[in-house]
Amino acid sequence: MSNSMITAENLTKRFGDFVAVDHISFEVNKGEIFGFLGANGAGKTTAMRMLCGLSLPTSGKGTVAGFDIYKDNEKIKQNIGYMSQKFSLYDDLTVKENMRFYGGIYGMTNDFIRKKTAFILHHLHLEKEGDVLVKSLPLGWKQKLAFSVAIFHEPQIVFLDEPTGGVDPVTRREFWSMIYQAAELGITIFVTTHYMDEAEYCNRVSIMVDGKVEALDTPAQLKRTYAAASMDEVFLKLARKAVRGE
Amino acid sequence: MKQFFAFIKKEFYHIWRDKRTMFILLGMPVVQIVIFGFALTNEVKNSKIAVLDFSKDDATQSLITQLDASRYFDLEKNLVTYGQVEEEFKKGKIKMAVVLPRHFSEDLKHENKVQVQLIADASDPNVANTLANYASAIIMDYQERITNGRKMPYTINTEVRMLYNPQLKGVFNFVPGVMAMVLLLVCTMMTAITIVKEKETGTMEIMLVSPMRPQLVVLAKAVPYLLLSIVNIATILLLSVYVLEMPINGNLLLLVGESILFTLVSLSLGLLISAGAQSQQTAMFISLVALFLPTVMLSGFMFPIENMPLPLRVISNIVPAKWYYSIVKSVMIKGMGIAGVWKETIILAGMMIFFLGMAIRKFKIRLA
Amino acid sequence: MNAVVVENIIKTYGKKKEVQALDDISFEVNKGELFGLIGPDGAGKTSLFRILTTLLLADSGTAKVDSLDVVKDFKAIRKRVGYMPGRFSLYQDLSVEENLEFFATIFNTSIDENYDLIKDIYVQIEPFRKRKAGKLSGGMKQKLALSCALIHRPSVLFLDEPTTGVDAVSRKEFWEMLKGLKQQGITMLVSTPYMDEAALCDKVALIQKGKILSIDTPVGITEKFGRPLMAVRSSRMLQLLQQVKELPGVQDAYPFGEYHHVVLKEDDAVAPLLDFIRTRKDEGAEITVVTPDIEDCFIALMKTDT
Repeated sequence: MSNSMITAENLTKRFGDFVAVDHISFEVNKGEIFGFLGANGAGKTTAMRMLCGLSLPTSGKGTVAGFDIYKDNEKIKQNIGYMSQKFSLYDDLTVKENMRFYGGIYGMTNDFIRKKTAFILHHLHLEKEGDVLVKSLPLGWKQKLAFSVAIFHEPQIVFLDEPTGGVDPVTRREFWSMIYQAAELGITIFVTTHYMDEAEYCNRVSIMVDGKVEALDTPAQLKRTYAAASMDEVFLKLARKAVRGE
Repeated sequence: MKQFFAFIKKEFYHIWRDKRTMFILLGMPVVQIVIFGFALTNEVKNSKIAVLDFSKDDATQSLITQLDASRYFDLEKNLVTYGQVEEEFKKGKIKMAVVLPRHFSEDLKHENKVQVQLIADASDPNVANTLANYASAIIMDYQERITNGRKMPYTINTEVRMLYNPQLKGVFNFVPGVMAMVLLLVCTMMTAITIVKEKETGTMEIMLVSPMRPQLVVLAKAVPYLLLSIVNIATILLLSVYVLEMPINGNLLLLVGESILFTLVSLSLGLLISAGAQSQQTAMFISLVALFLPTVMLSGFMFPIENMPLPLRVISNIVPAKWYYSIVKSVMIKGMGIAGVWKETIILAGMMIFFLGMAIRKFKIRLA
Repeated sequence: MNAVVVENIIKTYGKKKEVQALDDISFEVNKGELFGLIGPDGAGKTSLFRILTTLLLADSGTAKVDSLDVVKDFKAIRKRVGYMPGRFSLYQDLSVEENLEFFATIFNTSIDENYDLIKDIYVQIEPFRKRKAGKLSGGMKQKLALSCALIHRPSVLFLDEPTTGVDAVSRKEFWEMLKGLKQQGITMLVSTPYMDEAALCDKVALIQKGKILSIDTPVGITEKFGRPLMAVRSSRMLQLLQQVKELPGVQDAYPFGEYHHVVLKEDDAVAPLLDFIRTRKDEGAEITVVTPDIEDCFIALMKTDT
């Protein structure tokens, strides 16, 4: 198996006449933090859905964790984790119940679930909150917990869809340090964000405009290419060219 | 006032653009009336009857020919003994039996009085009742012809006997029942849902932070549903008169007026529910459980109230549909005037004032 | 003359008042000012806006908008303020034009009467005026919502997180529009979780857990930072962060874009840090002095607060 955890080759998705994702190609390496940026409506969500096995491409090739996105989407789901700002944990279950539930979904043994739960709670300094309902936790804690749950079953890749929206700057950094640690352990991170400073934390960044990948490189190289002082500027230069809306 | 009308206009856009819901709201009464009434209007055509003629004279022959000639009846069999009547019913071949007594012609001429017996299979009460009515009408018609010009010397009395279900429960009941159900559904549930929807989408927040008076917002939301209900009332009445051929015996204006009163009760209830509910699901659930089910169960439409245990009979008094149902039956079928339904009318009006008062009191001019 | 005066507002939720949304908040907003309320989700921004727009009652404290009391004079306030709630709150099944007309009528005015105020914003969505609001893109929805909130020429405009979930391009455009409105003399209160937007306001209040951490002009807030701030980077960022945190004289260190920001306790602490970076030259270590921005201040204030 090659070092590529995600490959996309001319991946395309059409809805009628509308080409939501237009021949995108890229590779994401093992343990890489890959930033997936784009304006609203650029096709990010559609592309991410295809990679997660939630939606079939119209044409093109793609593999995730070595599995074909057309044929092996069940295997893909076993090997990826997913977290989004909108949905992550069940509010009316306790922290431990959420972990039990997700562990169960991925077929983890009871022993594994127990040990892993204890490990995570210890790591996040949440030992006392194990039996607390998730809804009574502050947002920042919820997001950190949600990330822990997304990598609970030790997936090879984790997809994060705007994970830090509305979170305070300190918690946002704690969150990113968790991402770094996960990457150190060899988990590949595929992340979308609206915070351009967060794009700088990524190893490589792709920027989608009107369904196409317009730029793909390290943040430093992108800034050089576009003669920009920050990723914010790079993004604005590229995304301003967009002609289509959402 | 201009704001009020702008709001109503907007509300009509919502209704008009949600074609599916609009179709359901306007189509529901049609579908219900047609489904309930279809069997009735279909089966009375060419119903098979048997005749037990003890006279066998000119007069009975003429009457039987006339029955047979009508599009409602087909003469299936001439019977000889009374025992055969029951036998034929059990075989399920006939829907009605006509029994003409001995000396029909003589009695008619000499005593000016004849008894005709109509025996109907009332296991299907709607059909039985309709058949008996048609047969009676034909006999009256016959009588009018032979008494032509003369001053009513003869009278043929028809005696209708309902077999199996002598009280005729359920006959015509469904029209008032459908009216109550449809009005309640459109007014209560839709009003509650549409107001709560504004809370859910956050537009209520903007409406509250506007110069428009909050109570006006809520009233404006109710108006389109009042109009929609009037359309529904008209649909139901037109269908029952022209498709089901069910006459409105009482005053039409009174009937419409009472229906509007019931609509207002339902709207007030909808407003009351919307004041408490925070999500569309809650509003729908409350409407269904607290109103729709009692209406079906306890209004007398499905199950006769007099047969219920005492606690249920007591509870049935707080179900608005019960009173409306009774009003419609009285006015539409029995042909009563306001004198016959004033008590129910006052109860409904009282309920409306109570619910509306509660709704206005509970309505929040702020978010919490 | 103050457009908004808030004095000792306290707001709690829950049966036992166990959730403290606003904890003794006081501030003032001048007429014509663009005032930013900066803080993460759950800081109490929405509660505060709802109290000021007369939608919620505070547990205690007073607030005035245009010299009108938010409790007593709520009817008068509702006639003169504009409010754009956090989520998109227009009628999705009405067209752009119908929405605008509807709101104009509800606010006792007409589109023509105040067209000059919304012209610059509305012309951008006018080509789509027949389109249903629900079918607009995120950026266009924002423009329509802003037009509707402005149609009655409010004296004070409340914008609750208008840029949340909106991409960087639309955010930029939105702030341009607010700048244009400022020229027209409208007082604006804007809340946002994006720290970088603070610099675009005349005055900002940093808010966290129901408390105001700091309130000043953006420059004033950064000037109060008061400690040396350095930016460092190398090819091994994660390791660098851990090592820097251990150094003497380092108050705090955290990732910041492509750099780590290092807050020093005092000016003298610069030397050890410089020495350390020099020893990591082979890893491409660099160091520069940076001026703190709002995010640095927010982090510092959050950490002193707890």
